[in-house]
Amino acid sequence: MVNENLVKDVVKEPYKYGFVTDIETEKIEKGLNEDIIKLISQKKEEPKFLLDFRLKAFKKWQKMKEPDWAALGYKKIDYQDIIYYSAPKQKEKISSLDEVDPKLLETFDKLGIPLTEQKKLTNVAVDAVFDSVSIATTFREELAEHGVIFCSISEAVKNHADLIEKYLGTVVPASDNYFAALNSAVFSDGSFVYIPKGVTCPMDLSSYFRINSGDSGQFERTLIIAEESSSVSYLEGCTAPMFDTNTLHAAVVELIALDDASIKYSTVQNWYAGDEEGIGGIFNFVTKRGKCLGKRSKISWSQVETGSAITWKYPSCLLLGEESVGEFYSVALTNNLQQADTGTKMIHIGPKTKSTIVSKGISAGNSKNSYRGLVKMGTKATGSRNYSQCDSMLIGDQASANTFPYIKSQQPNSEIEHEASTCRISEDQLFYLQSRGIEFEEAVSMMVSGFCRDVFNQLPMEFAAEADKLLALKLEGSVG
Amino acid sequence: MQSKMKESDPILEVENLSASTDNLPILKGVSLTVYPGEIHAIMGRNGCGKSTLSKIIAGHPSYNITNGDIKFLGENINSLEPEERSQSGIFLGFQYPIEIPGVSNLEFLRVSTNARRKFLNKEELDTFDFEELVKEKLEIVKMDHAFLSRSVNQGFSGGEKKRNEILQMALLEPKIAILDETDSGLDIDALRIVASGIKKISNAQTGIILITHYQRLLDEIKPNYVHVMSDGQIIKTGQSDLALELEEKGYEWTDNFIKET
Repeated sequence: MVNENLVKDVVKEPYKYGFVTDIETEKIEKGLNEDIIKLISQKKEEPKFLLDFRLKAFKKWQKMKEPDWAALGYKKIDYQDIIYYSAPKQKEKISSLDEVDPKLLETFDKLGIPLTEQKKLTNVAVDAVFDSVSIATTFREELAEHGVIFCSISEAVKNHADLIEKYLGTVVPASDNYFAALNSAVFSDGSFVYIPKGVTCPMDLSSYFRINSGDSGQFERTLIIAEESSSVSYLEGCTAPMFDTNTLHAAVVELIALDDASIKYSTVQNWYAGDEEGIGGIFNFVTKRGKCLGKRSKISWSQVETGSAITWKYPSCLLLGEESVGEFYSVALTNNLQQADTGTKMIHIGPKTKSTIVSKGISAGNSKNSYRGLVKMGTKATGSRNYSQCDSMLIGDQASANTFPYIKSQQPNSEIEHEASTCRISEDQLFYLQSRGIEFEEAVSMMVSGFCRDVFNQLPMEFAAEADKLLALKLEGSVG
Repeated sequence: MQSKMKESDPILEVENLSASTDNLPILKGVSLTVYPGEIHAIMGRNGCGKSTLSKIIAGHPSYNITNGDIKFLGENINSLEPEERSQSGIFLGFQYPIEIPGVSNLEFLRVSTNARRKFLNKEELDTFDFEELVKEKLEIVKMDHAFLSRSVNQGFSGGEKKRNEILQMALLEPKIAILDETDSGLDIDALRIVASGIKKISNAQTGIILITHYQRLLDEIKPNYVHVMSDGQIIKTGQSDLALELEEKGYEWTDNFIKET
């Protein structure tokens, strides 16, 4: 059919962030063993507890098997063929942004994340991570006035070792899964956030992850702690250059919310997805989990996943505190030969806990897009409720969509509600919009945005606009 | 059929049009000319090609023109995209308006109206100015403002969908409107609202083609010409009394005309 081909053209993806920054980097040799881990730890001047944490994780990882239950197909990863530490060469101690290599600042400028004092975004504090290290964090002093700590996790290890020792690995233990164990052994950098009791973070916090090197993996680690009655909104963005090899990205994110605290974590993931033939692209294996430890605490995940060759990601909530709330709002767009197996786990442990899942999967081209989610009601989760809604949209006739909802309830006095739907952009819908003067591309993009509306409404304002633009960009192309 | 001299140029000329879908011929040489201010009615059995004719004029991609031309304001539009046809002033009122989940009716109407305005070199309307305009047009079809915040046609009753079509016609101010069974599924009150809406929107510069099975719409909007279609052809053209005769005698009566042509 003519229009099927048109739709395929429209979803062709021009990737704007595919450039490489030509910068001298310090890389360690390829491969993974105890000495490499000791070397990473030494380079980061880490305390002994952290080296022990890493080595223990490595021992566990060696005994584990790479999971194969996801609906994903990919070439086996050779873990000895990866560089586990890569950092742009710069002066040992940087006291201000002026000392950061201009090439790095320029890179982030190009990505739309200006870092310098004159140009920096006014309403968001940014931690910029380049390969294995954090380059800069803006608004630190302003945040410090409110007692908010926002820095790279490497710095936190040095300056707030007590908090790291207390919380690291308490939400996602090293033994949790294969990729979490790997990350625990070799993680390089990431962000650390601490919101003290009673504080509403005065601005949105944001991390921007940039993979630049083609042969090194990125293993970032993020830890966010919201003390009693505090709240924070955190945003995360990611891009990578276009390489014809696959780069491994295995991150771990841990969130902890105490009594009456709330954390909103939003992601726009736009890693390089590979080309039309499926050559290159990021392998994205990520473990994200939040622990609602306190009463009436709330953790809300929202994600817009548009990039990566492979996405394996299930941002989850452990609902321990009485009346705690977990949310997951997701848009996953796959095109060409991209594969995504993503969803969430809502583990209801405490009584009167509540969770909401809204997932929107859009598959175009020859891509494969699966929702996989678990809702579990524990024995003590009396009066708890879950509502799940999983919708899939197919564009063209070669793409596939799956939904794998798992429900386990050990508590009869709880409610679980699940709704699912699959739709296809039909020729009739397109013709209807076109016959009202709306151009083909815009018609497709309108329908996709409309389909994602429930999720976009959950994103912070500036992010919602960015997400809408990003989807439109992914849907941009030549018509006819 | 228009033998006498017309003062102005035709809006639409369909010349010996043949078309097929999946290699199945649907139209077999249709000719039809609409001048400004004229109202044409097309009648005929289900499957005779009435709806197909309307879709082809609007540019539906499922049909191939195998012979003949469609001219709009003197220009051949055979190869124009549907959106170009709409922007330049061709409007198709759908027999079954399509539901578009998640897309707000208001936003849809605004984007659509602006596409037409842009073509006419008129200033595009922002949300506030558009609100003003749409409020005025809602009056014509007696629709509640609440319809605007819902998704396009989603969950609308049959009558609401048809009124939403006429609302679009009112906003787009087309040169020619082809209304495909706009009267079907309407109760008497809704039919009157729709008919009076159509009359308000049309004027001496616009042309209208009504595709219908029923006399009751033609009682409200009196056509200048009535065409009877059968098996992909117009087999008889007459004045408005032809519709009355057809209502009385049924389509079987028209079967005799096939031999005549």
